[in-house]
Amino acid sequence: MKDGDPTNGKHPTPMLDPLEDGPWPSFVKGLKRLRDEGSEGNRKMMNDLLGQLNHSYQEQLGFWKGGTVSVFGYGGGIIPRFSEVADKFPESKEFHTLRVMPPAGYHYTTDVLRKLCDIWERHGSGLIAFHGQSGDIMFQGCTTENTQKAFDELNELGFDLGGAGPALRTAMSCVGHARCEQSCYDEVRAHRTIINTLLDEMHRPALPYKFKFKFSGCANDCVNAIHRSDFAVIGTWRDDIKIDQDKVKEHIAEKGRKYTIDTVVSMCPTRAISLNDDDTLEIDNRSCVRCMHCINVMTKALSPGDDKGVSILVGGKRALKIGDLMGTMIIPFMKLETDEDFEKLTELAENMVEFFADNALEHERIGETIDRIGLPAFLEALGIDPDPNMVNHPRTSCFVRTDDFDDEAAKWFERKAHAAGMTVGSDTD
Amino acid sequence: MDQKAQDKPRMPDEVGVPDPFQFMHPVMKKNYGNWAWHDRPRPGVLHHVAKSGDEIWTVRAGTQRQMDVFTIRKLCDIADEFAEGHVRFTTRSNIEFMVSEFAKVPALISKLQEEGFPVGGTGNSVSMISHTQGWLHCDIPGTDASGVVKSLMDMLHEEFIHEEMPNRVRITTSCCQINCGGQGDIAINVQYTKPPKINHDLVANVCERPAVVARCPVAAIRPALVNGKPSLEVDERKCVCCGACYPPCPPMQINGKESTKIAIWVGGKHSNARSKPTFHKLAVANLPNNPPHWPEVREVVRKIVATYKEDAKDWERLGEWIERIGWNRFFEMTGLAFTKHHLDTWTGARHTMNHSAHIHF
Repeated sequence: MKDGDPTNGKHPTPMLDPLEDGPWPSFVKGLKRLRDEGSEGNRKMMNDLLGQLNHSYQEQLGFWKGGTVSVFGYGGGIIPRFSEVADKFPESKEFHTLRVMPPAGYHYTTDVLRKLCDIWERHGSGLIAFHGQSGDIMFQGCTTENTQKAFDELNELGFDLGGAGPALRTAMSCVGHARCEQSCYDEVRAHRTIINTLLDEMHRPALPYKFKFKFSGCANDCVNAIHRSDFAVIGTWRDDIKIDQDKVKEHIAEKGRKYTIDTVVSMCPTRAISLNDDDTLEIDNRSCVRCMHCINVMTKALSPGDDKGVSILVGGKRALKIGDLMGTMIIPFMKLETDEDFEKLTELAENMVEFFADNALEHERIGETIDRIGLPAFLEALGIDPDPNMVNHPRTSCFVRTDDFDDEAAKWFERKAHAAGMTVGSDTD
Repeated sequence: MDQKAQDKPRMPDEVGVPDPFQFMHPVMKKNYGNWAWHDRPRPGVLHHVAKSGDEIWTVRAGTQRQMDVFTIRKLCDIADEFAEGHVRFTTRSNIEFMVSEFAKVPALISKLQEEGFPVGGTGNSVSMISHTQGWLHCDIPGTDASGVVKSLMDMLHEEFIHEEMPNRVRITTSCCQINCGGQGDIAINVQYTKPPKINHDLVANVCERPAVVARCPVAAIRPALVNGKPSLEVDERKCVCCGACYPPCPPMQINGKESTKIAIWVGGKHSNARSKPTFHKLAVANLPNNPPHWPEVREVVRKIVATYKEDAKDWERLGEWIERIGWNRFFEMTGLAFTKHHLDTWTGARHTMNHSAHIHF
């Protein structure tokens, strides 16, 4: 239906109407359906929301401003939006978003989804985004008055607000253990343990700036943790890749030898794979960097090893202020299986957030703090030893004072000796 | 209960991240952490086999992300009637229906297609575009998000429902230079072209001036007295038009009908497979912000996707393909211009230059 009939009170939306056509599901159709068939509250709000959105399309400007809206007991989690053109579109003058944390891994039953819809139909606009870039379910479009009512019902259903502002933010985890054979740790447990332990930092924003955790079960990094989180937990393993040579032969029989060489052997980033004359694979596991490529191609023949764990990279963020940063490898490997392992991970997360709270400047992400103070100072503050896996290569600049080099080298050899199960002189001092 | 106690607000139950096991498909719950392998019987369908021998089929479909309750309920009806009552969403807002018998897959696919939900987004396809809020809800947007995505996905629909690309293609959009959409094989981001226009009457009351000065990445903002009022001024020779001052100080309007443009970036990659993760690089700037279909943006994206599809080797991501053929050929094949603006000038820029005799002809 094309709108604009002055008798029915609907705003004309000539700039949005063309987006109702085409094969991809149309959000405009959805907005109009809420306007035409939604609950009474939804209808009024969505008519004016459509009017304002059309106005934005015409003027090529946004017309929302922020403000302060919260629920009792919390300092964050609501994104307030007040219209700057409320005189024209009064029913959507308040159009706040509730950021709500989804179940780890984004699993739902239809039953719980229907309940979420019912709550939002009663108290909000009827528009829900699954999910925002922050990882939250975004309940979009709520008046200030209804914000508390909506939250109370969502909370009673077992959902909690996510993060906003200078605070711990909502985390994301991949499907992982629930369905993926490439997953190297229990993402749900890591995700819930860390966030629920640090929850106070989410609900009562008091950090210098945002702090994000993301959890990917392997180096394919399906939740984009290295780019997009301050603390990326990536699954990996340290023993050998598992090879089913019969399946290798089947793969070659199906795809061809040349194709297998071109797409598996030649694409290994460290030249760690070769194809034997009898169509079996040989892998130099000491040279393998666990990039996941060959496993992605040969999903039946190859799989991660048994001695699994995680790598942790710290400091990923987007453009502001010093430019895009990726996470830096801080913990090349730690086991994550026993209760003690999870306690150790949680402790590291707590220490990291505490360090951030104490040392970052206002509006500085932890990656920028590392840039400002240098990685050595950061590692020292957190009690983490330097490791060659933290760098692409050692420094190329000679501008460094090295008069304690021998002491530092002694520490390295001591750690190596301990790792090999030996005692050294200083142990008995 | 006395009146005072009744008036006491309900305090939140700080439950944190909900436990997903209460919602998870029983086959996934049973085989949690014990999967053996997977394959893809057809585009849009994943088949996972557990070490126990249990199997699960996943049918993936595209959504508009910003969904009305009617659409969500329709997806629930489909999940109840044609699947097994459990769904999940991917990080790119696709919905997944899990079934424990292959026999249920064809009818589920037909129903989804009939209701207008494209089945695909798996393997070497162009998946749903990850995007931001735009004019619909953001307080600082330079463009819309849902509209750009709808328009692009209409064009890329065939590449979503097939698996015919050399490798997966991850596209993102961002409605300001903060780039909430993130890195992508192709990133379609707002690029401002003019310094902020300052409403000096409002700055003193609305903005915390020292915080705004500190926010500028090139130290171009300084406090100033304008018409007798405390305000801020911008050294326009230094200003890089990034818009960082606009969120903390709305009277420093960065957007303009003509001056807000779109830039397209290529070669970003999150995965560690083969090459290490990479940032996207500038392909073209200064495209018009032209709703409701953004035809100029669409045309460039179409050209890049088609050229990559035609020329890249299997498993090469877009950035890896360019790495092989060289930027010279990328610009030649896509018909885009290489300009002085492609030469990085930011911190560490020299590391992006070619310090070798390696040349692509």
